[in-house]
Amino acid sequence: MKNLHQKTLTELQSCLSNGDCSSQELAEHFLYRIEANDQLNAFITVDEQRTLEQAKQADVALKDNLGSALTGIPLAHKDIFCTDGLLTTCGSKILNNFISPYDATVVSRLSHAGMVTLGKTNMDEFAMGSSNETSYYGVVSNPWNTNAVPGGSSGGSAAAVSAGLAPAATGTDTGGSIRQPAAFCGITGVKPSYGRVSRYGMIAFASSLDQAGPMARTAEDAALLLDVMCGFDEHDSTSLRQDPVNFSAQLDKSIEGLKIGLPKSFFSQGLDAEVGDVIDTSIKTLEKMGATIVDINLPSSELAVPCYYVLAPAEASSNLSRFDGVRFGHRAKEYDDLGDMYQKSRSEGFGDEVKRRIMIGTYALSSGYYDAYYSKAQKLRRLISNDFDLAFKQCDIILSPTTPSVAFDKNAKTDDPIAMYLNDIYTIPANLAGLPAISLPAGLNPQGMPIGLHLVAPYLEEGRMLNIAHQFQLNTDFHRAFPENYA
Amino acid sequence: MTISNEDVQKIARLARLEVSEEQATKFSDELEKILHLVEKLKACDTTSVEPMTHPFDAALLLREDAVTEVNQRDKFQAIAPATQDGLYLVPKVLD
Repeated sequence: MKNLHQKTLTELQSCLSNGDCSSQELAEHFLYRIEANDQLNAFITVDEQRTLEQAKQADVALKDNLGSALTGIPLAHKDIFCTDGLLTTCGSKILNNFISPYDATVVSRLSHAGMVTLGKTNMDEFAMGSSNETSYYGVVSNPWNTNAVPGGSSGGSAAAVSAGLAPAATGTDTGGSIRQPAAFCGITGVKPSYGRVSRYGMIAFASSLDQAGPMARTAEDAALLLDVMCGFDEHDSTSLRQDPVNFSAQLDKSIEGLKIGLPKSFFSQGLDAEVGDVIDTSIKTLEKMGATIVDINLPSSELAVPCYYVLAPAEASSNLSRFDGVRFGHRAKEYDDLGDMYQKSRSEGFGDEVKRRIMIGTYALSSGYYDAYYSKAQKLRRLISNDFDLAFKQCDIILSPTTPSVAFDKNAKTDDPIAMYLNDIYTIPANLAGLPAISLPAGLNPQGMPIGLHLVAPYLEEGRMLNIAHQFQLNTDFHRAFPENYA
Repeated sequence: MTISNEDVQKIARLARLEVSEEQATKFSDELEKILHLVEKLKACDTTSVEPMTHPFDAALLLREDAVTEVNQRDKFQAIAPATQDGLYLVPKVLD
């Protein structure tokens, strides 16, 4: 079988059910590609034996007709998800010896569905970064141009899917960490509504913003994965009590009459013209498909980045206090007393970006500053969320670019945290409001770098969002583009 | 808003981080820039706005007060830096 690595999950499904290939052959094919392309540095951990064993079990299930829709299909997990018996580093030195004793709910749901784990993908340390350059395990290369970053924090997952090292991967998104790398690497990435997907076993960054989601070639594939990933989990106190949803069944509706809202301010300052042009073409395509355009305003979203850089570090400073060198993870070799042990273990274990954010968060929460920063940012968060409520009275979905530019070069922004933070200017508002959002391929710039189209839907309207994305992909073939050197 | 090296050291102590003088200078500069970005929030009038702590206002779930976990002490302690007789070892706290 040729080009297995360019196939979508639905195509791989038919390969498996027609008997064109076995799950073991699929696993071997992708394992071979991971090894042959290890200079991308997309993976932190690969355990071939474990993968092949899972694939053999899947083949048995398929033969006995006991499989589900995804049985036997391989996927990669972002290294933020705990995987029982497998190294789980979260991109950090402080977890460089952490063999997780349990599976994250996302991992167990996908493996119960019969999916085969290819390995754990590289990421920015504790998901703090937009370029995958904060990883202790080295930067990941963008398959479209290996001098460029893949985006982040789910950069390893995005590069792996983009280069055909995995047909799909999991990611997490706190301020754009699924959608921004999906845009930079030319794939489809979904951040579901807050509460849809269990956060149990997903190493916490900012708990009121974190959400897991699928990264795949198409919206149809993302829907298949979401069908399995979503659902109530008693282990996550913010998990929504929800009936199972079949997103895959909602993809076929026409978008005739759909009202698309364009937030004007997202199309003005700071947006690269080449990105703007491609998004304009996408808007015309959607209009031809029967959608109408309305102008909307999200005035408070202009302050989304500063709001986020109070709330996320504040929550992170609290969440990351658990890394103390006592029960798991790195412990310093020499220390004087307990306090010194905490301090040395943490200082050796965390990288600079993580330290910066812990300190910002600590400062924002410290006595005398709480009202000026934390409480103020939470009020802003309310205003940003209210803007969306108003906007959705005028439109069904909100459209913008995913990022202001295409993937930038490695080291271009490492010395300027603020320039790095501004990458997520279009994606952060959806996290603050808890809304579902998607990035999908919209075309390439003149240098051949991918550009992402961003859609935000009302709360719990993933079905509508995926329907629009799927219809767009039926009318375009940008999602079929493949980086030349990895074809 | 200015952040001195002493401020950085104070914040670092609160966060249980060790920062060298050289790093403190770098961090003070970076933290200042980030706080400068954050200062923009002050321009926005938020009088009578209720702080939003979470994307939705659902009540926390309650469950029966029953044992739901099995004892996996050995498994959990297998990955600990130092244990003895089923206990986690840390430096002596009391003399």
